[in-house]
Amino acid sequence: MNAIEVRDVHKRYRRYGRRRQFATLKSALLSGSVLRDLRPDAVFEALKGVSFDVRSGKTLGIVGRNGSGKSTMLKLIAGIGKPTSGTVRVDGRVSALIELGAGFHPEISGRENVYINGMMLGLSRREIARRFDDIVRFAELDEFIEAPVKTYSSGMYMRLGFAVAINVDPDVLLVDEVLAVGDEAFTHKCLDKFADFRRRGRTVLLVTHSLDLVTRFCDEALWLDGGTVKAQGDPRRVVDAYLTNVAAAENRQLAADDASPKSQIPNPKSQGTDPGSRIPDPGEDLDMFKVSEGRWGSREVEITAVELVGASGDSSHMFQSGEGVEIRLRVRANQPVSDFAFGVGIFNAEGVCCYGTNTLIEGATAGELSGDGEVRFVIDKLDLVEGTYKLDVAVHRQNGVPYDYHRLLYTFRMKSALKEAGIFRPPHRWSFSGGVRITGL
Amino acid sequence: MGLGPPRLHWRQLLANLKQLFRYRALISSLVARELKARYRGSVLGFFWSFINPLLLLVIYTVVFTVVLPGVHPPELEPYAVFMFCGILPWTWFSSSLLESSNVLVAGGNLIKKVLFPAEVLPIVTVLAGLVHFCLGLPILAAFLIYYRVPVTPTDLLWLPLIVAIQLVLTVGLALLLSALTVHFRDVRDLLANLLTLWFFATPIIYPITQAPERVRRLLNLNPFTHLVIAYQEVLFKSGPFMQGNRLLAVGAASLVVFVFGYFVFDRLRDTLAEEV
Repeated sequence: MNAIEVRDVHKRYRRYGRRRQFATLKSALLSGSVLRDLRPDAVFEALKGVSFDVRSGKTLGIVGRNGSGKSTMLKLIAGIGKPTSGTVRVDGRVSALIELGAGFHPEISGRENVYINGMMLGLSRREIARRFDDIVRFAELDEFIEAPVKTYSSGMYMRLGFAVAINVDPDVLLVDEVLAVGDEAFTHKCLDKFADFRRRGRTVLLVTHSLDLVTRFCDEALWLDGGTVKAQGDPRRVVDAYLTNVAAAENRQLAADDASPKSQIPNPKSQGTDPGSRIPDPGEDLDMFKVSEGRWGSREVEITAVELVGASGDSSHMFQSGEGVEIRLRVRANQPVSDFAFGVGIFNAEGVCCYGTNTLIEGATAGELSGDGEVRFVIDKLDLVEGTYKLDVAVHRQNGVPYDYHRLLYTFRMKSALKEAGIFRPPHRWSFSGGVRITGL
Repeated sequence: MGLGPPRLHWRQLLANLKQLFRYRALISSLVARELKARYRGSVLGFFWSFINPLLLLVIYTVVFTVVLPGVHPPELEPYAVFMFCGILPWTWFSSSLLESSNVLVAGGNLIKKVLFPAEVLPIVTVLAGLVHFCLGLPILAAFLIYYRVPVTPTDLLWLPLIVAIQLVLTVGLALLLSALTVHFRDVRDLLANLLTLWFFATPIIYPITQAPERVRRLLNLNPFTHLVIAYQEVLFKSGPFMQGNRLLAVGAASLVVFVFGYFVFDRLRDTLAEEV
């Protein structure tokens, strides 16, 4: 079942020309232009036919550049604005973390603000009373809850705002970049709370510039660009496509900067005369999605073959738990590159990342890559429990833009005599003493 | 602002009104907050609600007994108390309109970031004004008793009705003005001047009987004239209350103003979050 359904949504904002700045009610009444002045001179289309669904209980991350329509979309889903055309349907109670503590009054106490803020978010007085202690505990404000909010630090203010909004206990939670503020500890706390939400089958919609958060946290990602959906699907893949696009745009901008002679810069007329050349052509990047499922990248460097080798030294797809395994990548550089890194990720059947690393994370410095080569990722003991696993392998730029990303393309099975639960088997042993008597271990 | 089928729109209007009722706890909390926040940080705190009208009344008393004795008809003695009967409701009316014309712009952050019916804000302003009005009543009562003004106790039963009619009228105008100010910021300045004119076009500091016949006909077109006269009749003048029919007419007019104000507000609702 879908918790959110967005169908062909357009949102136009009115943009008023210069005339409007001088139009006052007096002059509007005198010239009889009241109705005309309420009409816009021009419209700006923030969303141009956006459609997507979010299944109940899923977490969707929305990425995109500034001005791509992310926040507008979120506001429409929250019901703060109405789409110009198209429909937005949301199932269940919605709470939007758009601005924490919006509506707090500085002169009155934290306690009173919690009540008023909670009621604005749709709770009854009794519901707030029941959740009040949780809210205060989550915000870590026990000592200060009776003090006027104007005496709070900005961190305390935000914590309180977050605590109220999250305790509305919505079916659908909308989050707009609120995690960017706040200290590390609080961010972790918020993420824990989101994870808790997911566990209880609630739907979360996350607008963020933190791509890391999207790949780690979301079941699916949506990339908005210029008011249209550029891509939707696997978070890793969407984020990589987005990164590639941003890098390409930056590249083009740098090229354009270089191309324009410096002597022209002081001339105001030549500034910004050609904005079109700096805006990336959206058509170009569609190639990203024509590549076969699970593989994408710019292909300056390619991974031509992937092989898994077990303790026997032969290529295999079946390993014993605890066996040594080598992942061998054959790579070919179609042109020499010096900005590169290799990465490997292991996922279980549920899509949980069991382990992921790359040469950059481990502190390696890229030298040069040219022609053909082989990369071996040697695991001395692969301590995974029995099950089916999938492999991500990639070669990418150090900023994350992929040359060649193979997403979950390789499958292997781990066998084990024991049927333990979980994912990872830490090397371990049991030991007993005193009155405990057990045999067989 | 496309025009939908009118019947559908009325139903929407009613649904919004019903929804507003669900927010009554929020409204009452916001009114309490408004009153608390206003005096937070002052030494006398809440007592200012009493002291302000008291000081005003003292000033008028001094002016009309010491500085300007005998400019008013003798049957309207004490004149300061007579004026106060009109000034108290007028202060509620004018300050509510002035404040609510600004309330959506000032609360813009709220409207843009939180989903709740925006009409709550002007309504809260008017209700906070009502509370101040009610707090002024004991001061007025003290003076009425002190000067032994002969008030007919049964007339006082009309008072809640008069207050209710003024409330409906004020809320209607507040809704209209608050939504219009979002589009035309100069409503506020226009309003300040308009209210000064309106004040003198209402028999508050003069009895309507002193106005020339021609002017009186104009004054009668002002709905607030009848409200103020009703207050004066109930609170100040002896004899039975004669304003019943006029009061009902003003009540009907106030309802029309309210529906119109709410209608305009509802129409502009979707533009508010974008324009503030």
